[in-house]
Amino acid sequence: MTLALTASEIATRLKEGFADIIVEAGPDSLLVKSESLLDIASFLKTEPGLDFNYLVHITAVDYSDYFELVYHLVSLKHNHNLMIKARCYDREAPTVPSLVSLWRGAELQEREIFDLMGIRFYGHPNMKRIFLWEGFPGHPLRRDFANGA
Amino acid sequence: MALKTEPFAINLGPLHPSTHGVFRMRATMDGEVIVDLEPVFGYLHRGIEKLAEGRTYKQNIPFTDRLDYISSMSNGLPYVMAVEKLAGIAVPERAEYLRVIMAELQRIVNHLIAVGTLANDLGAFQTPFLYMFRERERIIDLFEMVCGQRLLYNYMRFGGVSHDIPDEFLPALKKLLNRLPGFIAEYDQLLAENEILLARTKGIGILPKKLAINSSASGPVLRASGVKWDIRKADPYSVYDRFEFDIPTGSAGDCYDRYRIKIAEMLQSIRIIEQAIEQLPPGKVWNKVPLRLRPPVGEAFAHIEAPKGELGFYVVSDGSEKPYRFHVRASTLINLTALRDMIVGWKLADAIVIFGSIDICLGEVDR
Amino acid sequence: MEIEKRYIYSDAELDSHEGRLIEELKKNSRQIIPDPDEWLSEELQQNVLLTTVDAVLNWARRSALWPVISFPACCAFELISTAASRFDISRFGMEILRASPRQADLMITAGTLTWKLAPQIKRLYDQMAEPKWVIAMGACGISGGVVKGSYSVVPGYNRIVPVDVYVPGCPPRPEALLYGIQMLRQKIKKRKSFVEEKK
Repeated sequence: MTLALTASEIATRLKEGFADIIVEAGPDSLLVKSESLLDIASFLKTEPGLDFNYLVHITAVDYSDYFELVYHLVSLKHNHNLMIKARCYDREAPTVPSLVSLWRGAELQEREIFDLMGIRFYGHPNMKRIFLWEGFPGHPLRRDFANGA
Repeated sequence: MALKTEPFAINLGPLHPSTHGVFRMRATMDGEVIVDLEPVFGYLHRGIEKLAEGRTYKQNIPFTDRLDYISSMSNGLPYVMAVEKLAGIAVPERAEYLRVIMAELQRIVNHLIAVGTLANDLGAFQTPFLYMFRERERIIDLFEMVCGQRLLYNYMRFGGVSHDIPDEFLPALKKLLNRLPGFIAEYDQLLAENEILLARTKGIGILPKKLAINSSASGPVLRASGVKWDIRKADPYSVYDRFEFDIPTGSAGDCYDRYRIKIAEMLQSIRIIEQAIEQLPPGKVWNKVPLRLRPPVGEAFAHIEAPKGELGFYVVSDGSEKPYRFHVRASTLINLTALRDMIVGWKLADAIVIFGSIDICLGEVDR
Repeated sequence: MEIEKRYIYSDAELDSHEGRLIEELKKNSRQIIPDPDEWLSEELQQNVLLTTVDAVLNWARRSALWPVISFPACCAFELISTAASRFDISRFGMEILRASPRQADLMITAGTLTWKLAPQIKRLYDQMAEPKWVIAMGACGISGGVVKGSYSVVPGYNRIVPVDVYVPGCPPRPEALLYGIQMLRQKIKKRKSFVEEKK
């Protein structure tokens, strides 16, 4: 059974080192500051008892004031999962640290988010468009991109 | 005195007979050996995620069929599960059993095609492929009996399935299940001990266990590398916790293991279908749901063990009748993360075989 | 963790070259290419019987049409089913699907066309030797289908290549595709090879 470790349990474990980074701990997700994403992620991966070694997926949602990145992590050993969210308030040139150094599986998904939403990931080895061609005007999945244009 | 050699670049273009769709790879080669590989995606990018934001929830169910168009019965399942989670819709028992039967039949079809095309790529031009197609046509006849379509079924609905099975379905299914194990055994006997297949797939394209977990591989690719992880057992959905079945796992992570796992999974699927037929309860197959469904504000993620890997849907609702965000966790795109590591160092002919053994479908990679 | 870049070509240059080609093609494809239907009006105008040579040539051409391998999306699987043993396409002489466009004379467009793939399809069509025909298979081939209106889908193959026969369906059944092929063969039967074709 995949038990969703409630975010509050994880928040208590994280409080020692990361108290000022966690913004909010909901019932099944954890909202963190986007600048310190890499630190929290490496703690979650290496800490014994948590061992989140499998990244299920990354996605991004465009709420009009901010972009929200959603990360879904799973531990194969203990069979529990966790959802982490990070917000990016910059609309012109949003940048977020890349998690490719921890989980290779993030590589193509972060390229997809850059291509369709326009969020750059610094530290990514190959940040370029993946589905659309060079010279495509704009980023389609943003709310202000009209289809059929 | 050494010969001066120079690497050159070759383009395995989008329209190619062996690339299982429009997939492009730019390979840098030193003689016959590939030293670097750059995959290029996007030749079938139709913008389904953006289009789905402009259609109601029910109108998006046909979009899910067109993702992995080879196995469309199981594509609709995570989407309807995610929306049912959001809106709190219950599903009658008979519908759950029918969903399981259809999903497992679809897994058999998908693995038949995967093994047939792998044999085709190895050079056994068309004969194993046509054998597989013969069995696929029989299973597709069953699907046509239920919902009228041969390829893109549109069968799942919020709160159940769209049609109940007609009376001729169960006898025809039992007849098929009687002959399938014999056919799979005959086919396996012809291929598994074949010298050419063994020489060309054993030890080729190895994906080590640590890299497989780190690259978020899933499905047969992950299990061939030795990780026993199957969503049907780890996070059971629908009524899978009532059935007894095994999870075939490989050890070496090469193309031969991936082939063996597909054959073994077909036999396990037959086992699940037989148990489901015995336990099938009577009743209705659909709980009434409003036509213009308005789920409450929130988000939901649901995933299943699709034939090619872990397929998931992340749906965000803002209270209106159209989804705010519709995202597909595409199993095949993520399985391709480690493509470069698997192919570099092997010859060009091996590259086609390794690529075929990962078993991708471009509709899902590019969406 | 850097991926060692040992490409001997510059992938950024290749990508931007491809992007320029696509944008140019997109600008030039705003109009639908008209269907090659001159044979309909020729019949009414001239009312000349086909010569024996024409009849023999047309019989040879329509009895062994070889499709080119071009399988973008879902309709490809119905095309392959048509070529498989149940709905045998070999009885019409078409079982050889040629990988090289120089050796093929029919393009069956089995799938959605995206703008990224459009220059390659145009190139494939240009490389086929005359006489050549195109069957637009499926709703995506006719008008863009279920994904019409998207930012990256070409609304129908007739923006890029001239189409002879349209076969509706999503995907069309193999029987429907065979009917479309029969229609094409009727069209080829009436073709005049030695008359000046009005372009």
